[in-house]
Amino acid sequence: MIRIANGQGFWGDWLEAPVRLVEQGPIDYLILDYLAEVTMSIVQKQKQADPNLGYARDFPPLIGRIASKMKERRVRVVANAGGVNPVACAREVKRLAPELKVAVVLGDDVYDRVDDFLARGLELKNLDTGEPLAVIRGQISSANAYIGAFPLAEALATGADVVIAGRSTDTALALGPMVHEFGWRADQFDLLAAGTIAGHIVECGAQCTGGNCIADWQTIPDFANIGYPIIEAEPDGSFVITKHHGTGGRVSLETVKEQLLYELGDPQNYITPDCVADFTSVRLAEDGPDRVRVSGIKGRPATPFLKVSVSYLYGFKALGTIVYSWPDALEKAKAADAIVRARLAALGLTFEEIYSEYFGANACHGQAAPVNAQPAEVMLRVGVRGKDKKAVDRFTRELIPLVLNGPPTGTGYGDGRPSVREVVAYWPALIPREEIQTRVEVVE
Amino acid sequence: MRIPLSRIAHGRSGDKGDTSNIGIIAYEDRWYPVLVREVTPERVKAHFGALIEGRVERFELPNLGALNFLCYGALGGGGTLSLRIDAQGKTMAAGLLGMEIEIDERELTD
Repeated sequence: MIRIANGQGFWGDWLEAPVRLVEQGPIDYLILDYLAEVTMSIVQKQKQADPNLGYARDFPPLIGRIASKMKERRVRVVANAGGVNPVACAREVKRLAPELKVAVVLGDDVYDRVDDFLARGLELKNLDTGEPLAVIRGQISSANAYIGAFPLAEALATGADVVIAGRSTDTALALGPMVHEFGWRADQFDLLAAGTIAGHIVECGAQCTGGNCIADWQTIPDFANIGYPIIEAEPDGSFVITKHHGTGGRVSLETVKEQLLYELGDPQNYITPDCVADFTSVRLAEDGPDRVRVSGIKGRPATPFLKVSVSYLYGFKALGTIVYSWPDALEKAKAADAIVRARLAALGLTFEEIYSEYFGANACHGQAAPVNAQPAEVMLRVGVRGKDKKAVDRFTRELIPLVLNGPPTGTGYGDGRPSVREVVAYWPALIPREEIQTRVEVVE
Repeated sequence: MRIPLSRIAHGRSGDKGDTSNIGIIAYEDRWYPVLVREVTPERVKAHFGALIEGRVERFELPNLGALNFLCYGALGGGGTLSLRIDAQGKTMAAGLLGMEIEIDERELTD
C-alpha cells in the first residue's frame, strides 16, 4: 500500500495544507495541482516578460520549506507546477533545496509548434464550435497538450525526489505514482481507471474531506484545521480515501460522493490521456471513521487523441457595482440599471453583452431564488464585454455618477470606477497522440 | 406531499466551459428512484428559467444513488467570458436542491 496525499487543489489553495500533510502523519507521495486553464496564459505572459519565469511561483519556496522533512520521511513530490517553464521552476527548486533530486517532464508545451501544425493540415478545430484554429491564430497566448500518468512515472523512475510537469492532467498526478510503484501497464485499463478516479476524488484538495460539502455541513468539525485528502492505494486498484488523524473536516460517503460528481460530464466516458474511466462502476463502502473504501472500477482504452488547450485574447470586460439600501432596494437598483443602459445607448456604445445582477435578491439563482419582499440592501452589478476596449472603458465611467444623479441611497462606490480587464478565452481541441512526444530530464 | 429536494438529497455543482454540471445525490438509496422520477431534465430547465439557455441532459449513477445534469449555455459564456458572479456554477446545486418535489409520505418515512 502507498499513501498519496494532495496538498493543493489549485494555485492559490491553502499554503499550510502541503506542509501539514508532510508533518502530521505518514505519506509516501505529496501531489500538488497548480494549473487551471486560466493559469497557462498568465504564466506564458510571465515567461515572455522574463525567460526565467512562467511557472507556479509558490512552489519552489514550499519545497524549500519542507525539503528536510521530505528527506527525513522519504516523501516524494509530484506537481504540475512547471507551467510553461518546468526547467526554470526546477532550477529554482534546486537553488532552495539543493539536497533534492529534481526531474522535469517536457513536451506538453506546443506554443511554438502551432504554425507547424496548421501548415501540415492539423486544423485544431474548436471542440465546441467546430471552427479551425487559424481563425484566432494572431491572438494565441499559450497552447498545451494534456499529458497523462506514464511520463510522470518515467520521471519517478529516475529516483527524483521532486517531479515537475507542465500541463499534466490533474488525475495523472495521483495515477503516476501508482503506475511507478505497482508497475501497471498501459493496457491495464481497469487499474488505470481506478487510479484516475482516485485522482479525481482528491484533485480539488479538501473538497473531498468536508470542504464545500452540502450534506450536514454545520456538523463538520474543525474547518480551521481541515485535513487534506490521502489515497491509500493498493496494487489491485482498490483504495481508501482518508486524512491524517486529529485533523478537521470529514471523510464520509457523502463527502466522497459530492466530489465524484464535481465537474463530471458523461459518467461512463471520463476521458483522460491514460484511459476512459467509468464512474458508474464505482463502489463505495464505509471503512471506519473518516475512511471510505473505493473498489470495482472499470475502464476502457484511451482514445487516439490528446486534448490541447489554447488560450487567446478574446476581448475586454468590466464589472461595476453600486449598493442601494431599503426601503425598495431592489426597485432602486433596477431603476439604476435602466439608467445606465439608456446612457450607454445614447452614447452609441454597443457590446457583445450587458449583464446585470442584483446581489441580495437573485444573483446566483435567478428565478429559482426565494423571494424576499424587502431586502435590507441590494447590490447592483453591471458587466459589459466586447471587442472594443474604448467602449468598455467608457462604460466604467457610467456607474459612479448615479450616486448623485440617480435613485436615492446609492453607496458602496468607494473603490472608484471599475477596471477594464482583458478576456483570455480557451480553445479546446484534439491532436493525434503521436504528435506529442514527452521526455524526462533530471535538472542539476 | 410536497417537499424541497434538499430533504432527501444533497449535491455539488461545477463547470465545463459554458456548461454547468449539477450532481444530485440521494441521502438514502431508497430515495434514488424518487430522484429519477421527480428530477427530470425538463423540470431542471424550468426551475432555473432564463439562467439556462440551452438544453439539459441527465445521466444516471445508480451505484452512487445520484443523477448528473449537464446544463448547456448556463454560465453566461463560462470561464473568463462570463459576466455572472457564479461563472463556475458553484451554487447551482444549492439552487436545484430548493426545487419542490412530490413524494408519498410512505416513501419519505419507510
